[in-house]
Amino acid sequence: MNCVLGPGNILHDTLLFRVIYDGVGHVLPCWLSYAVAGLAIMLILVNGVLLGAGLFSWVERRLIGRFHNRIGPNRWGPFGSLQPLADLVKLLLKEDLTPKGADRIIFAIVPVAMLAPVVLVMAVVPFAKDTALANLNVGVLYILAVTSITSIAIFMAGWASDNRYAMFGASRGVAVLISYEVPVVMSLLGVVLVAGSMSLADIVSAQTVPFLLVQPLAFFVFFAGTSAELNRTPFDLAEAESELIAGYHIEYSGVKFALIQAAEFGAVLTSSAVMVTLFLSGWSGPFSNYLGWAWFLMKIGVLAFIFSWIRATFPRLRIDQLMAFAWKFLLPLSIINLFATALEVYFLRDSAGTLDTTDLWIMAGINFGLAFACILVFGTLIREKVRPAGPATGATLSPGEAD
Amino acid sequence: MAVQQLTGEDLADKVAAGVPDAVEGMADGVLRVKAPKIADVAGFMKSDAGLDFNFLNSISAVDYISHFEVVYHLTSLTKQHTAIVKTRLDGREDLSLPSVYHLWRGADFQEREIWDLMGISFSGHPNMKRIMLWEGFEGHPLRKDYL
Amino acid sequence: MPIQTEPMTVNIGPQHPSTHGVFRLRVTFDGENILEVEPIFGYLHRGTEKLAEERNYVQIVTLTDRLDYVSSMINNQAYCLAVEDLLDLEVPQRAKYLRTLTAELQRVASHLMGIGFFLQDLGTLGTPLMYAFRSRERILDLFEMLCGARITVSYMRPGGVFFDAPDDFWPALDQFLKDFETEYKEIEQLILENEIVMVRTRGVSVLPLDLAINASVSGPVLRASGLDWDWRKMDPYDAYDRMEFDVPIATGGDNYDRFWVRIQEIHQSIRMVKQCIQQIEPGPIRADVPLILRPKPGAEAYGRVEASKGELAFYLVSDGGISPYRCKVRSPSLINLTVTEHLLVGWKLADMIVTLGSLDINMGEVDR
Repeated sequence: MNCVLGPGNILHDTLLFRVIYDGVGHVLPCWLSYAVAGLAIMLILVNGVLLGAGLFSWVERRLIGRFHNRIGPNRWGPFGSLQPLADLVKLLLKEDLTPKGADRIIFAIVPVAMLAPVVLVMAVVPFAKDTALANLNVGVLYILAVTSITSIAIFMAGWASDNRYAMFGASRGVAVLISYEVPVVMSLLGVVLVAGSMSLADIVSAQTVPFLLVQPLAFFVFFAGTSAELNRTPFDLAEAESELIAGYHIEYSGVKFALIQAAEFGAVLTSSAVMVTLFLSGWSGPFSNYLGWAWFLMKIGVLAFIFSWIRATFPRLRIDQLMAFAWKFLLPLSIINLFATALEVYFLRDSAGTLDTTDLWIMAGINFGLAFACILVFGTLIREKVRPAGPATGATLSPGEAD
Repeated sequence: MAVQQLTGEDLADKVAAGVPDAVEGMADGVLRVKAPKIADVAGFMKSDAGLDFNFLNSISAVDYISHFEVVYHLTSLTKQHTAIVKTRLDGREDLSLPSVYHLWRGADFQEREIWDLMGISFSGHPNMKRIMLWEGFEGHPLRKDYL
Repeated sequence: MPIQTEPMTVNIGPQHPSTHGVFRLRVTFDGENILEVEPIFGYLHRGTEKLAEERNYVQIVTLTDRLDYVSSMINNQAYCLAVEDLLDLEVPQRAKYLRTLTAELQRVASHLMGIGFFLQDLGTLGTPLMYAFRSRERILDLFEMLCGARITVSYMRPGGVFFDAPDDFWPALDQFLKDFETEYKEIEQLILENEIVMVRTRGVSVLPLDLAINASVSGPVLRASGLDWDWRKMDPYDAYDRMEFDVPIATGGDNYDRFWVRIQEIHQSIRMVKQCIQQIEPGPIRADVPLILRPKPGAEAYGRVEASKGELAFYLVSDGGISPYRCKVRSPSLINLTVTEHLLVGWKLADMIVTLGSLDINMGEVDR
């Protein structure tokens, strides 16, 4: 115990880091062991996210296979679970093409720029008790900031590819990301208000009642907004297979394509992780002191399954409908949620400014009613706006009336 | 309420009355008209209240080596009858017919196809260019002397 | 200062997942909105009409399979009707019923594919498509029992059909009809009332009836614009004069109605298949025709059917030889494409793909 991390250090709460730091500190000087421990947890994090992405790509393909009434990849490994590995080898061995008119440098940066935010987000998410790699006190803000990189990466991909489909995909992608950022941020403010902190660890410990119940509207908005930011159906306009073939990553092949795919699958997992932390009380559950990671992974699995389910079911929206959905539906909902939460917190908090479990249950009751009412009202309103007065189908016309 | 094909002489008489100097005769249920008058005849058959051929089924061209025949299959969706109109073009080079594009938009691709494959151009068609084959293709492959 | 923009021209196709074959659209976009459209095709032109002039009358049946390769039975039927008209052949009753039955099964298969790809174009990840294909596979299996082929069936011949149905065909057909009821209900539940499908397709790319008639549009596209016109009713061929069925009509003329009409036609086709099973009686399956058919010189025929895409017709001219002097195909897919420009201009890129899907074209038939 020759190297001791000060309690002010942001890595102080990270058990894994402290263990490595202490262990390595017996043989190396403290500054070096700090670096070694940092690199070690980075390695774990990056590879964990990539492995998770690989695993999820297989799980989703199997799941969608079932939704489609077919089998899905089942040849390589038990139940086909080594399929991502085979895909990876195949993609690594493929020729890495760069279009002639492409901006080579930007074109090459894109896969990394896509993958980086996915990995970075995981740094602040607590997997279990005291296991967040960095317990930032501005964790929520950090997540929002880091995920915005994706929009730049998408636009870089579209611009650098020198392909009109890619440009279409990129402009759609950026429009979607920027529009959906607003309701997503608004919905998170409600969560932050209730928890009274922006640190993810604090938010988890504040969830004596899962915020899914306390903030149903926020969860709905966040879930829809995240699906849009992840480019998944019904919001997958930037990729839009039937329209733009592959959208912004149409020109990517080989390793770069593999990285972009890993980033997309990884993003589903990290977004699920963020949602689990913010709304599903994170790693807490029975025996959470020992089995917190199991609860955490299980909750991620449930959310990822829902994402796959939605992806296999819904058709895609059109760009104007997508924008209308963000600005006319999600944004008002998130604002209503924010105001309602602010009022509830103002009236329910005790003198120390905290909310106890009973207060949370009261809020859950009020907010559920509010959520149903709002979704009903705004759903009807937006339906009138978006859907033209349709023709009556099934009516017949005799030939004599024609022309 | 089956659809009837108009094969009688009364069709020829009616068209002859409507468009003078156009009808060559009525044989085997086919109305034969002179080539330069085909658009006028078509226009009359479409606008005449008793005939009202509002639907153009198809336009076909047949190469008889000495001459070409262009066949129009027409249907009236309101009166529920059909008719076949034929016209004859002599020679093999610089063949041209008045287009019926402005009467029936459905003639658009069919006339272009006849130009492409048979080499009969249609005057008055706004976009008379090849449709199946590429621009710069030599010859008209459905002609009997091609290959 | 307003932002300076300029229109962008994009080639959609010839290789594109949603153009239903090698079809190309040269589209000028203003942002997402379509300013100009020019359909360009011919990439699949195989010269079927020229080839037919070199084949004898029976051999051409195999060429017709390859026109609209998702409804080859109906192509066979149209061609055989034309040849029978040319030769004044009388088709035996059993053959007529077998033709009607297979043609209606083929229509179900073709419409299922049309519906599946329409929803695929709408952006579903293939779930409705796979649901539709599940039933379509069963139909193709039935065809395999009949004639050994699934897609390019060449089942019908001038004067009848080539094979009688084997004994195990009828139980298999009954089983299919029983399963199809639940399978089709699943498809309908999945898609028919889906809010996003409604929002995306209702009121989009409306085809007014007068333009539809003027542009010689036929089949479900014409009926979706509000005209009750079906050649099976208007000029009954084969056993259709003994079939009871309704013609589904919609009046909107938009993408949803075109899709809805196809959905409803499947119900009617299944109804007709059931009637065929009830009414069919044992007997000969092919008229007594010589091996080499030689119609009279100068004979002409226009054999017309209501195919799954619209009015499909073969215009045959004979010079007395063993092959037709001229064999013209009136292809519904090609002529239905006449209205693309009207349907697409002013709408968005995403609508364009869906509208193409709702026209349900088949490039084998467009290019021939």
